[in-house]
Amino acid sequence: MVRLLGGALGRLRSVELRGVRIPHNKATAELATTRMPLPTQVILPMHQHVGASCVPQVKRRAHVDVGTLIGHSDARMSADIFSPVSGTVREIRSIHYSDGRSDEAVVIVPDGEQTVDSAICPPEVTDYASLVEAVRHSGIVGLGGAGFPTWLKMDSDLSSIDCWLVNGAECEPYLSSDYREMVENPQTILHGISTCLDLSGVPRSLICIEDNKPKAIELLRQMAADDPRIDVFTLPARYPQGASRVILRNVTGRSVPRGGHLTDVGALLFNVTTMSEIGRFLQDGMPLTKRRITVMGDAIERPQNLEVFIGTPIGETLEFCGLKEEPRKVVIGGPMMGITQTELDAPITRPNSGLLAFAHDVVDRPQTTACIRCGACIDNCPMRLTPISIQKAYQRRDVEDLDELMADLCVECGTCSYVCPAKQPLAQSVRFARSFLRAEQRKARERR
Amino acid sequence: MEHLPIHPAESARPLVLLTAPQLRSSQTTQSIMRDVLIALTPALIAATVIFGLRAALVVLTALVSCVGFEHLWCMLRRMPTTVSDLSAAVTGLLLAFNIPSTCPLYMVVLGSFVAIVMTKELFGGIGCNFANPAVVGRIFLAVTFPVAMTTFAPPRVTLPVAPIVDEVSSATPLAPSARAHSLMELFLGTHTGVLGETCAIALLVGFVYLLVRRVITWHVPVTYVGVVALLSLLVGRDPLEQVLEGGLLLGAIYMATDYTTTPATLRGRIVFAVGCGLITCLIRFWGNLNEGVAYSILFMNLLVPHIDVLTRNVPVGGERSGGGRHE
Repeated sequence: MVRLLGGALGRLRSVELRGVRIPHNKATAELATTRMPLPTQVILPMHQHVGASCVPQVKRRAHVDVGTLIGHSDARMSADIFSPVSGTVREIRSIHYSDGRSDEAVVIVPDGEQTVDSAICPPEVTDYASLVEAVRHSGIVGLGGAGFPTWLKMDSDLSSIDCWLVNGAECEPYLSSDYREMVENPQTILHGISTCLDLSGVPRSLICIEDNKPKAIELLRQMAADDPRIDVFTLPARYPQGASRVILRNVTGRSVPRGGHLTDVGALLFNVTTMSEIGRFLQDGMPLTKRRITVMGDAIERPQNLEVFIGTPIGETLEFCGLKEEPRKVVIGGPMMGITQTELDAPITRPNSGLLAFAHDVVDRPQTTACIRCGACIDNCPMRLTPISIQKAYQRRDVEDLDELMADLCVECGTCSYVCPAKQPLAQSVRFARSFLRAEQRKARERR
Repeated sequence: MEHLPIHPAESARPLVLLTAPQLRSSQTTQSIMRDVLIALTPALIAATVIFGLRAALVVLTALVSCVGFEHLWCMLRRMPTTVSDLSAAVTGLLLAFNIPSTCPLYMVVLGSFVAIVMTKELFGGIGCNFANPAVVGRIFLAVTFPVAMTTFAPPRVTLPVAPIVDEVSSATPLAPSARAHSLMELFLGTHTGVLGETCAIALLVGFVYLLVRRVITWHVPVTYVGVVALLSLLVGRDPLEQVLEGGLLLGAIYMATDYTTTPATLRGRIVFAVGCGLITCLIRFWGNLNEGVAYSILFMNLLVPHIDVLTRNVPVGGERSGGGRHE
């Protein structure tokens, strides 16, 4: 009773950011990772991260080895792309994604030898600058789904940073790839974190995990016991605990000011698999060429956690896991934030952590009815936005109102659409409103 | 560069393209309204037991006419019918609960017309009306047919301890002339009143159901009832009598919590509930009406747009101080 009251009162005081309980459906959580064999081709898009696209560094018919640089950009905000296989570049072609983007991609046919590029060797890391430089050439980006170049995040001003947060929340339903990383490679994760702490001088690190993963919490807590700087923080298992601003607020009580970044309030946040990749890269020097994805959905015969070569076509991945039925909806990423794919030859890219194929579940478009002003979208928004008012303001293209409603603070978690009993496309509207507001603000600045 | 054609899955059926999120909760408008109907069922059974089949007849008339008017309206406007969202049924049930069991049936039909067509559909249908349809229907009937709306049948079931008095055409229990009721009578509802308001236990069972199903939160009913009880104490009236007699529980649990006509944020809803409590007490203690619940809800309905603007949530990071550290 006291807890019930406390929770209800907590909604009035604005302290803890709540969220919604969504059925987890993490059926693959206890399945050890399987390795997928070499695909018939790997397709490496040049834009697999936030920032500038890479430029292909190889020519058609060129021979590449595992770890050969394929894509590079001179722009600061970018991340190099490396070949996951040895083989021959068949072509460099354009690909189109279902969300309207198009991109250039290098297609490599593996020769099956998997010879490693002779340039691959563990990086020499002596101080923080050399660590950042090494990560810069590792192709590591935010692996939780954001795809932000990791080295760039590490390269920010560290003087005010007092907390190196590691995100192991994995709040998306279905997905369990981060959980497998924590259970299978805790040593690498801790190696990555402690190296970063040693060299950066950041005093403490918290690994934040949702309380539906007791095994991972216990394991990491035990293994980190001898390092007083590293601790495990348990989060309630509510969606979207893993959104960076939500996790920051719930762990440290800080909120990022509008238009600001996490570093403005003294924190850095990395995905747990990203930290593990850094740890592994420091040991073997092999850039990011593989990743673990969760393959699930009611069309999949053998749902599992799968280690795939980056660039593997989703069709081949689905075939490897077996299809019970012909899928009608294929989602890359989690069911809350993932993007539906309409082409099965689209590749799995660096930030993808899941691949879902549905034959019946969640396939149909929900019937939209009139808003009944129930306030569920408002009560459940992790950023305390007012999604329904934002939708209405966007329909009027009312810049002033959108600015007042702070539509730009949306984290695109999709909770508003999830809870809406009228099945209004709130998340989509807020997404449109956000880019509309940003564009209008940019125009206004240019006019001034 | 070669441009490969886009080929969907090697079948006739292309893959579905939909924006995130792919998951949706199972709650729909219909499921919410169904829950409200279920929550009102105990009170309906109690009313039938206490006031006889005539009460059931009034309820049936209101239900059929409310749903009928909505269906008819949609047909006339050539719109897909919205009857299946069950909100018209909820309005019908609530309107009937606000009518004495002796009320002539044509008045019930008239009240349903005012509630559904004039209050709801003319403003744009579900989600667009600014006033609670059942409340307006009740007020319309109370103003137009004051005698019929205050002629109560005696309860058919009475507690053995209660003196048997002919209560036909007695005033509402809150009227100064009405005799005092025992606590037991008030909870069981074996006293005069409009048909849905008397049985407190049945209304509270429905309240608990709505809480468990997360259709409403406790804040509005508890605040509303709390404010009325507190003010009764302050002016020296019996708070139990004020809470249990009359339509306060029915109004606080089922009408002041209507989504469409109350504020959208939790803070706003609490302001709304406090306002309802204040106005109810003003009308009951100093006005020339015995009942104030319906009027107070209607008054507060008018203020909802303003409450909404003034109680908007402050987004995380959008605090006036500009966010930052809160340690």
